[in-house]
Amino acid sequence: MTIALLTLLLWVGALGAGMLGALTGLGGGVVIVPLLTLVFHVDIHYAIGASLVSVIATSSGAAAAFVREGYSNIRIGMFLEVATTVGALAGAFVAPWVSPSATAVVFGLVLLHSVYTSTHPPEATPDAPQDPLATRLRMNGSYPSAEGPRSYNVRGVPGGAALMFVAGALSGLLGIGSGAVKVLAMDQVMRIPFKVSTTTSNFMIGVTAAASAGVYLGRGYVDPGLAMPVMLGVLIGSMVGARVLARARTHVLRTVFAVVILVLAVEMIFNGLTGRI
Amino acid sequence: MRGPRPPVTDEQMEQLIGGLLRAGVLLASAVVAVGAAIYLARHGAEAPRYGTFRGEPDDLRHLSGILRSATALHGRGLIQLGLVLLIATPIARVSLALYGFARQRDRTYVAVTLCVLGVLAYSLFGSH
Repeated sequence: MTIALLTLLLWVGALGAGMLGALTGLGGGVVIVPLLTLVFHVDIHYAIGASLVSVIATSSGAAAAFVREGYSNIRIGMFLEVATTVGALAGAFVAPWVSPSATAVVFGLVLLHSVYTSTHPPEATPDAPQDPLATRLRMNGSYPSAEGPRSYNVRGVPGGAALMFVAGALSGLLGIGSGAVKVLAMDQVMRIPFKVSTTTSNFMIGVTAAASAGVYLGRGYVDPGLAMPVMLGVLIGSMVGARVLARARTHVLRTVFAVVILVLAVEMIFNGLTGRI
Repeated sequence: MRGPRPPVTDEQMEQLIGGLLRAGVLLASAVVAVGAAIYLARHGAEAPRYGTFRGEPDDLRHLSGILRSATALHGRGLIQLGLVLLIATPIARVSLALYGFARQRDRTYVAVTLCVLGVLAYSLFGSH
């Protein structure tokens, strides 16, 4: 295989990764890491570098649309980013002492857990009482739906913030945006509508990944030859994904989310246990 | 207390941030695309070697080296410069939110945003 062919194949794969990443709030990294390591046999260090780039590209590409249309909640995102960026730093600093196989298994288990929780959505409680902390932090908002703007109230702020720290640490460790944990925290603990959860996760993962990307760039993990097709493909894919999300039904998005992470969970656990990574 | 200028609404902030993100990714991808053309023209026919980790050379790891390599019109240096711009986009976005919250005189969120910026600055400049 030549560099030109590898670039083309990666670009096509990245298109799909960006679209799925934007639709699910998981970031492109969830697809990019296994694509590079399992399909193209790229060393995990380079894969993590390219994956961080893909997460920033998915986030910024899709968020440009999501923020303007009023899906992402800037206040929730900014508040939870404190926990995620600190967590990301912690993860990036312990990464050199963690084995890739163990990391892959942990990644898989996290994903498996997310499959279960994402297919068991909490009951919708549109007229739930307001949480005083969420009200004080002005987190309650509204988002566009087919029937016009729909308002929502936020709950469980401390629990959500704690999970965000874990999400950030995973992001630093694995080079993924760890959007699964973020979507889970907002959807299950804070009871935020699914589309707001995924788009706010998408909005946040760029900042979390930028915190790790600086560290990894300095360590020489970011290879321009791999990151280039990944970034260009993911950007276009994420913009397409942002358009699709606006029209998609929530239960379809939940199903897509669950299927993507189930496949990846099984793949990563298998490869971690058999020592392929 | 009211300042000389009217405070920014959340909607205006969303438009500003959305516009900044779009501009950032467009600029970054334009630089990466130019670098890609040069890189592929020179190395496209070679065989990729990514099976073992060797790490990037020093001039592709740090801003000063990347700038030198990019101004010399090296494909890989230009791509790396575009990637630095991409990494800078979410950081610029947080800075813009800081400005918006300050205009709204929302002290809680000014503090929250400063925390995020502090951690980002530390990870990018303070750790090596």
